[in-house]
Amino acid sequence: MYIIDRRLNPGGKSLANRQRFLRRAKAQIQRAVRQTAGDRDITDLERGGEVSIPADGVREPSFRRSGEGGVHDHILPGNKRFVEGDTVERPPGGGGGAAGGDSGEGEDDFRFVLTRDEFLDLFLDDLELPDLAKRRVATVETQGMRRAGYTVTGSPVNLALLRSMRNALSRRIAMRRPKSEDLLHLQEEIARLEEHGGPSERLTALREELEQLQLRTKRFPYIDPIDLRYRRFEPVSKPVAQAVMFCLMDVSGSMTEHMKDLAKRFYMLLYIFLTRRYKHVEIVFIRHTHEAKEVDEETFFNSPETGGTVVSSALREMQRIVEERYSPDAWNIYAAQASDGDNSPNDGTTSAALLRDVILPVCQYYAYLEVGSDSDRMQTGFINHKTSLWQTYEALLEEGANLAMRKVNHRREIYPVFRELFRRRDAEAGARVP
Amino acid sequence: MSVTLHDSLLFHGADWDFGTIQRIHDAVEAIGVGELGLDVYPNQIEVITAEQMLDAYASIGMPLFYKHWSFGKRFALHESSYRQGLMGLAYEIVINSNPCISYIMEENSATMQTLVIAHAAFGHNHFFKNNYLFKEWTDADGILDYLEFAKGYITRCEERYGHAAVERVLDAAHALMSHGVHRYPRKKRPDLRSEERRERERHLHQEQTFNDLWRTVPTKGAAAKPQLSEERRRALLELPQENILYFLEKSAPRLQPWQREILRIVRQIAQYFYPQRQTKVMNEGCATYCHYRIMTRLHETGQISDGSFLEFLQSHTNVTRQPEFDDPHYGGINPYALGFGMMQDIERICTQPTTEDRDWFPDIAGSGDAMAVLREVWANYRDESFISQFLSPHLIRQWRMFHLVDDPDQPELMIEAIHDERGYRRLRRSLSRHYDVGWSDPDIQVVDVDLAGDRRLILHHHVLNRTLLHKDDAQRVLQMVANLWGYAVVLKEVEPATGAIFQEHVAHPHETLF
Repeated sequence: MYIIDRRLNPGGKSLANRQRFLRRAKAQIQRAVRQTAGDRDITDLERGGEVSIPADGVREPSFRRSGEGGVHDHILPGNKRFVEGDTVERPPGGGGGAAGGDSGEGEDDFRFVLTRDEFLDLFLDDLELPDLAKRRVATVETQGMRRAGYTVTGSPVNLALLRSMRNALSRRIAMRRPKSEDLLHLQEEIARLEEHGGPSERLTALREELEQLQLRTKRFPYIDPIDLRYRRFEPVSKPVAQAVMFCLMDVSGSMTEHMKDLAKRFYMLLYIFLTRRYKHVEIVFIRHTHEAKEVDEETFFNSPETGGTVVSSALREMQRIVEERYSPDAWNIYAAQASDGDNSPNDGTTSAALLRDVILPVCQYYAYLEVGSDSDRMQTGFINHKTSLWQTYEALLEEGANLAMRKVNHRREIYPVFRELFRRRDAEAGARVP
Repeated sequence: MSVTLHDSLLFHGADWDFGTIQRIHDAVEAIGVGELGLDVYPNQIEVITAEQMLDAYASIGMPLFYKHWSFGKRFALHESSYRQGLMGLAYEIVINSNPCISYIMEENSATMQTLVIAHAAFGHNHFFKNNYLFKEWTDADGILDYLEFAKGYITRCEERYGHAAVERVLDAAHALMSHGVHRYPRKKRPDLRSEERRERERHLHQEQTFNDLWRTVPTKGAAAKPQLSEERRRALLELPQENILYFLEKSAPRLQPWQREILRIVRQIAQYFYPQRQTKVMNEGCATYCHYRIMTRLHETGQISDGSFLEFLQSHTNVTRQPEFDDPHYGGINPYALGFGMMQDIERICTQPTTEDRDWFPDIAGSGDAMAVLREVWANYRDESFISQFLSPHLIRQWRMFHLVDDPDQPELMIEAIHDERGYRRLRRSLSRHYDVGWSDPDIQVVDVDLAGDRRLILHHHVLNRTLLHKDDAQRVLQMVANLWGYAVVLKEVEPATGAIFQEHVAHPHETLF
């Protein structure tokens, strides 16, 4: 007999089969993923998760008898009252008892656990940032070094003094190396005794002890080669592919929680999307009423303000920040603006000019998301009633600006709109880029 | 330590190590081979984790298998129900090979490992080695090598022809798997090693003798072929043929050689598993009976403790439980329960026969040596013949079996027979028929093809009890047959007695598929 321990065999043997299955059921899983994403909190998008797909789509057919029609017979155990020739009422739902052998007939949907990566890959599958090639730096990476702990070998310049001394100290304590003041005391004591000609027994004992201690001191040096530590460096590729995302939002009183929620979902999607395309993504939150301010995320989404609405203030703020911190040569700049579309009447021209002349030229992509209230959705929205901001931007769009605009009223419209905005564009879109 | 150590115990507590496994194996072997007279292949016991067990499950219990999405699907299904706690894992998987490989899970307690070794490494192992169906149809020496070859071959095909192309052939072959076996022995016994060699040689020959020049030789135009008589044509194609995969592999005009080879691989594997499908009750019954005898004996001889024996009994009764038909847990007849019940019944008939048993089983009643009778039974029967020979009135009464008929033309269900004098033989006959694979699988045959004409392939389904095929599935599978065949295919559902046709399915090949 042989016993073989297979536990250490590499696991994940089923991975290849799993990939084949994913590929096979991709369309269904993708649909399921999108549905799941609609139901769950958007901050959870980065998590993997369970999706269920209809078993029918991945059924393996075979020639088998149908469960209906024809004569079926069953041998069953546990007769308590029947005698031969009895008749039994047909149980509701047809069929005769539970003995029908039609496996697969009533197969349920089946649940499938996706890893985080699989989930996001399917989620963002055919999306692509527009004009990715516009800034060539996007693909360039430089090599850099970064600290990565300590090592026991290295060149003298990299000697980590503090760490080495700390090691030496702990070693000396552990080995109970005599302290120099103890030795000094002992020597003094001996010298005193010698001077006074004290009891020679005690003197011999002390001398012996001193000898011992000196020997110990020699055996365990103050610093030993094994104490030495050197700083370790490892090469890393430094992403030049970096992106900054500007979130512009009107927070005046007319923006309800619902609208902010819509905007937040859109920004989250954008963020996930950017982090998967670039190694390094920064976000700048700018909120505005009649004046604009850069704020942190918490304030951005949560604190209400009142006041008039002047969109150009936010654009100016963005212009300022770009000039200060995000040179368009080194950064891929994206902006998404969420607003309910109200703008003060005399700001339209200023905004349009700012956008056309300053903002759009430095942006890879500028998306304008007009958020409506939940109850709006029956109304045909902008077709009947165009908000002042919409009219402003529409005019720009007609001039051929690289700008996208959509209106959403409900949470479930966010993803489709997002997909539409960032859909992979082919030659048709390429031609439009000046 | 306050624990009193009994020298004879194989293990204490639930922990085990390789030494324990070895001791357990030797003790089980002493009883299984020495006392019960089992005849087994050498054992190879492999310790695996739960994940690996799930893995092995997914690929029909085989240690190495080619890759296909359906195994991934099966894995996902098992994994999710296992995670939700809906399903426990099997304690063991055993492979009909020489040496006989049994997987045991690391999580099992020492008692469970003993049970698994007695069940799989001796019970199933004996059955595999001695049952006539396994001897006739499977090649325990060659199976692992053959699977290795199959896996490699299919991987190479994927590299050469692309995943999608290979997947299409495999999908079609899998759909036809249950119609890819020879039910009756043919001239040559299968030998998987030479299968593999044969393929390699044929491929080599083709490559060596390939000469592109021949393609350019002008032909004289189609020579007027003599019209084959219908009889002759069907004889040449070995028609009618119930092994659809075999027929397609040999005769489909438009398949590439590698596509034929894949059909062949799936067919060989289907054939390898065919005996298992026909002997489920006997195989599990044999293993369960053996483990029960062995564990009881281990306990009697003081090699396992009382606690350990109780733990065993709990698992044993779980496995052999048969809920009654009106129990919410009823899910058909449990092959473990039926097999074990019948084996025990045979033992009773041999050792303590009643007058009734003497009437019904004159050959074995009171023979005394139950093991000899059982070994004989294990070697020479399959489920259908086993039940029709050995299901006794005693067991029928004990199970309170009855026969229920569901005829859609009748307003109510009918009790045809119950466990009484008039019913025994009828019950036994009906139950045994349920285990006849030839009866439970729909009978579909390739009956004709017009090679000179439109090359349409004609299949017949001989309808039994007016039960037609599941329509959607039939259409899907037929589509795959058409794709493999390369021309139109028609499947007629025929009443065998009258020749009346209930239904016709037609499929035309997708030109782009192959």
